Amino acid sequence: MSEVTGTGYLECLLESWRAKPAEALSWLDQLRAQAIDRVSTQKLPTKRDEEWRFTDISPLTTLPYRPSQPDANLRIQDIQHLFLDEVKSRLVFVDGYYSPQLSVIVNPALVMGNLPALLSTHATALESHLGQYARFDQNVFTAMSTAFLRDAAVIIAPKNTVITDPIHVLFIATQHEVTSYPRCLVIGETGSQITLIEDYVALQQAAYVTNAVTEISLAGNARAQHIRIQRESSQAFHFANCVAALAHASHYQSVSIAQGSKISRYNLDVRLTDEAAECMIDGLTLISDRQLADTHTCIDHSKPNGTSHQQHKCIADDTAHAVFNGKIIVRPHAQHTNSSQSSRNLLLSKTAQVDTKPQLEIFADDVKCAHGATVGQLDAEEIFYLRSRGLSEKSARNLLTYAFGAEIINRIPVTSLRQQLAQAVLDQTQSN
Amino acid sequence: MIIENSSTILSVEGLRASINGTEILKGIDLTVKSGEIHAIMGLNGSGKSTLAKVLAGHSAYEVTAGAVQFEGKNLLELPPEERARAGLFLAFQYPIEIPGVANTQFLRLAYNTVQAQRGKEELDPLEFDDFVREKMKLLEMRPDFLDRSVNEGFSGGEKKRNEILQMALLEPKLSILDETDSGLDIDALKIVANGVNRITNKDNATILVTHYQRLLDYIVPDFVHVMQAGRIVMTGGKELALELETRGYDWITANKQQVAGVTA
Repeated sequence: MSEVTGTGYLECLLESWRAKPAEALSWLDQLRAQAIDRVSTQKLPTKRDEEWRFTDISPLTTLPYRPSQPDANLRIQDIQHLFLDEVKSRLVFVDGYYSPQLSVIVNPALVMGNLPALLSTHATALESHLGQYARFDQNVFTAMSTAFLRDAAVIIAPKNTVITDPIHVLFIATQHEVTSYPRCLVIGETGSQITLIEDYVALQQAAYVTNAVTEISLAGNARAQHIRIQRESSQAFHFANCVAALAHASHYQSVSIAQGSKISRYNLDVRLTDEAAECMIDGLTLISDRQLADTHTCIDHSKPNGTSHQQHKCIADDTAHAVFNGKIIVRPHAQHTNSSQSSRNLLLSKTAQVDTKPQLEIFADDVKCAHGATVGQLDAEEIFYLRSRGLSEKSARNLLTYAFGAEIINRIPVTSLRQQLAQAVLDQTQSN
Repeated sequence: MIIENSSTILSVEGLRASINGTEILKGIDLTVKSGEIHAIMGLNGSGKSTLAKVLAGHSAYEVTAGAVQFEGKNLLELPPEERARAGLFLAFQYPIEIPGVANTQFLRLAYNTVQAQRGKEELDPLEFDDFVREKMKLLEMRPDFLDRSVNEGFSGGEKKRNEILQMALLEPKLSILDETDSGLDIDALKIVANGVNRITNKDNATILVTHYQRLLDYIVPDFVHVMQAGRIVMTGGKELALELETRGYDWITANKQQVAGVTA
């Protein structure tokens, strides 16, 4: 522990880790111990780190943000407004802790629940997947999450199981000035099919830290639709790492919406580890005031005949700052890869800022890779077109802004959620 | 059709306009009465599209002199949306694509905005759906047109048909069709022209801005105006367009004084 560096935030969290009771399972304890070891050798990133050069997280160190504590006082009526019509099965975590009374598990075809409850019955699957994708040697946030690993949403779709109704995993923040560690593990076995909604919400405007890690493993021919909504408090810090590992001919669709938090960072790594895997990665950042939202994605093609299509959009108003860094790696053996990436950004005010960086690293010679990035304001010709049809300037601007975001929102395969988010875009654009 | 004693819809006098300090319109006079179809012809750069945009209220152009009355109102004082609500419609040469907004959503929004302004009843999505499908038959448009994003991925012909559909929905007093024929094959041109012909009547008026005579075979104008260097240099009947087609615009340059004298 002599290498513990600098910030009070990490030291404070390390202190609280030492007080944790050990669990009986040796592999899980080992995983945590390795992670804590890694926490102690890393620092919080600063703007001097290339991967963090646009995102200054130093405000994090102004408060201690101790680990959150379990709090079972939340009632169903407090969170009912967050429920979605199409959802039958729901896992609810409050400040990172599983809440059995707020959760509903109805589908017997699926294995789902909180990690500790599944440790004895599904030890083999858990041991071979948990913590195996989200690496913590280079990532202090993943290391902390793994060090504090306790509760986690676990969803296992058995072989050839097709689940049509979406599974809602709700991570609700209620406490002030704490750090919570939401965690998800999704295992899609061969030929299975699921839809997951990973939803981060706050019940009040509080300052807190969310440090989330999600791991998704898709076996051959498995399909997953992964919708991720980050609508945290506007004073919150949100750090999240998601890794999806795609086996042969599997299909992963991700739509992520970043709307909340004062400072947020989402890393999405998609690894196409076997032939003919496919992914569609779409994102929308919708921020205003002094929010900062940073999205880093990495799509890694390592085998032939893979497909990836990515569209990321940012809408930034006031003095908000959006960052998008989209890396695409096509490794030497990944011939016949078909990959496209588009980054489109809309600035609604003169003081809003967007930094976008496509980053293509292509080592195979027979591939199709297209990418493009634009940053702009609403187009004067488009506004004129709508006004010439009788719309006021304000409604013309609102409609165009809405349309810009709706293109991504429309890809969410859950109608009620799509409508909620479309309304959120409308509400936000109406303030202009 | 030319109707005796019909009311004046548009009256343009000595209109001058510039963009970024360059004068494009150098004194336009034009009177359009209800029931009439006017064609404005001219080479690229003659200012005919600029005239269309200035009348619709495009903010990139600065009006430096002249007056425009539309239905008794001072048109130049009105922002574009109020011109539209007052009954002026511009069919764009290059209609704008709006990914993310379904065509039906856009059409209903435009329709209801204009209806509300005219003190008429707005339509809910179901009512509007029936109404718009009826209008779409005019233009032989497929129903999937409604669900697609506004103009996104539309062919040139589909975009122009969508413009005329908006014209049919908004029922303007004056429609200005800016190069509506450009980029259309002959079948699409006939469909578009047929749609326009069914919308025009004795109570409204149309200005066709075009480079070629071809459109005028299908929408027959009452007046043909030829623009050159920001002015209308010649005005005649529909036969003037044919004359232009055979003799070319050079003929105007050589004869404008003389012929203009004859028609004036």
